[in-house]
Amino acid sequence: MKKVIAREEWCLNCRLCEVYCRTAHSVSGDVVRAHLREDPTPVSRITVEGDNLDSVAVNCRHCDEPACVAACITGAMQKDPETGIVTCDESRCIGCMTCLAVCPYGCIKTGKAAVKCDLCQGTGEPACVKNCPNRALVYVEVGGAAK
Amino acid sequence: MRYTVPEFEVERNLQRCISCGACVRQCSYGVHYFDDDGKTVLADESKCVACHRCATICPTHAIKIKAFEMAYKTHFNWTPQAQQEILKQAETGGVLLSGMSNNKPYPIYWDKILLNASQVTNPSIDPLREPMEIRTFLGRKPKKLTFSADGSLATRLEPQVQLETPIMFSAMSFGSISINAQKSLAMAAKELGTLFNTGEGGLHPALRDFRDYAVVQVASGRFGVHKAYLEGSRFIEIKIGQGAKPGIGGHLPGEKVTVEVSNARMIPEGSDAISPAPHHDIYSIEDLRQLIWSLKEATQYKKPVAVKIAAVHNCSAIVSGVARAGADIIVMDGFRGGTGAAPTRIRDNVGIPIELALAAVDQRLRDESIRNTVSLVAAGSFRNSADVVKAIALGADAVYVASAPLIAMGCHMCQQCHTGKCNWGIATQRPELVKRLNPEIMSQRVVNLIGAWNHEIKEMLGGMGLNSLDSLRGNRLMLRGIGLNDRELEILGIAHAGQ
Repeated sequence: MKKVIAREEWCLNCRLCEVYCRTAHSVSGDVVRAHLREDPTPVSRITVEGDNLDSVAVNCRHCDEPACVAACITGAMQKDPETGIVTCDESRCIGCMTCLAVCPYGCIKTGKAAVKCDLCQGTGEPACVKNCPNRALVYVEVGGAAK
Repeated sequence: MRYTVPEFEVERNLQRCISCGACVRQCSYGVHYFDDDGKTVLADESKCVACHRCATICPTHAIKIKAFEMAYKTHFNWTPQAQQEILKQAETGGVLLSGMSNNKPYPIYWDKILLNASQVTNPSIDPLREPMEIRTFLGRKPKKLTFSADGSLATRLEPQVQLETPIMFSAMSFGSISINAQKSLAMAAKELGTLFNTGEGGLHPALRDFRDYAVVQVASGRFGVHKAYLEGSRFIEIKIGQGAKPGIGGHLPGEKVTVEVSNARMIPEGSDAISPAPHHDIYSIEDLRQLIWSLKEATQYKKPVAVKIAAVHNCSAIVSGVARAGADIIVMDGFRGGTGAAPTRIRDNVGIPIELALAAVDQRLRDESIRNTVSLVAAGSFRNSADVVKAIALGADAVYVASAPLIAMGCHMCQQCHTGKCNWGIATQRPELVKRLNPEIMSQRVVNLIGAWNHEIKEMLGGMGLNSLDSLRGNRLMLRGIGLNDRELEILGIAHAGQ
């Protein structure tokens, strides 16, 4: 399946990936309104760790055997057998945050429910990749089955 | 108290600012910062250099950089800039430094020269439908060609350098620019079939794969020069002078001499890299001849040797001497040539325009019947393809460009190269800034730029009814001056528009 790969040697620590992730997951889809008007402010699924010298964008790996899916007690967290995308059905999530505790990458965020990267619903290149000014994020086919 | 006022003003549109802090993290000059609430972004405008990094990266276009408007009592002579420069010197006691190139409003002759086009009597050519040759060969050409009975060439040709475009990238050393900037140019040169120039900085190990596309420089500091460096190149360039600072040398401060720079230059880490004003073994044309032939000997006469000089008042006589000293290629750098650092007074007041120097030199070499012995490369600010075409018609074989590809890579001409804080990752050695320039992206942007110029050059050639750049070289009948006086027209060797 295609995944978002972070290349830390090119990461600027500008954090535009976070800005555009929030925007992509906002109600309005508008960068200014998403950040200044919407309540609650959308949660960024991707986080840049580090400083200007060494930084890297961390987000969901969509693992072949996701710990979050195995740990989910309601079945809200699922890995799509076709696309391989791991998503959280927020209507079924009860907010126990077991997934957050077991994720080895710290890629589950808290909103009203557990919030995580959905690769922009598989609608082509995710917003973080599309808007990265230095190609520190790339969306490429990697090994690992989509099942 | 500081007597100088800020040059620029940061205008933040608070209706659009989302406090993401990209500007705070991206500004190496420390202009933007968060207030204690961690949300309100403030700005110390006195530090702003108008590099536009913040405005470019801002996801909501909330930032505008404006001139800091300060009313002065009008005085034609004592302009605000003249006053500010005096205040700076009164404060620091130092020589004023600048980057990039001469920014005084001297005449730009390219804008006073017009190109011809074919009408009726000779047909124009559509380069999209018919072959159009812009391939360029640099090197000493024979006086005439002789052929043996079977038709094969009997004349022995001197080494030639084949370029797929008449545009090469000028010398910018690793040290003055970052390895990523240099690698972008090297990758672009390879894709375009042209050359980049190492400057006087040696060849970084990361660029060994691009040696076939490298011009290597031998300058007064002789940094990084060794046999493999010379042999790995396409041609060797002896740098005598630079258009931005004729008559003076170079100084790379020790703080920029990182481990990598020290390895490439073969000097101790942290030591100042000083290129003397003259080559201390060249005090005459005869001395230059010795160096030219030493370099030819060192590379088994397989590579052309170029000599680069700044365009100065008596450059025709100098170039004639250099040609006779054995140079195969002569580079002339006009007073608008760029630099990583130069004293402002030198940058803005020394040298002459490349347009006049090129025309005068080409004519002098023709008058002396030695024009074929050298290729002429013009440098010193080509802003677009029309400038290049005009230079070719004035007699250049090829041109060097540097500022244009740097702009393609993000440079906004803030002229702060000498500070080493380049926010675009070009003129800096700071690792957190260098990584901002990804050669994968930037080489492609440079390829796009020069590719576009190539298309335009072909269109202009076609319009003139020419199907090869060689038909335009030195063909000044294709040029007319506009708004120039008789003396200028005489030096340029062109007629006035309407004639």
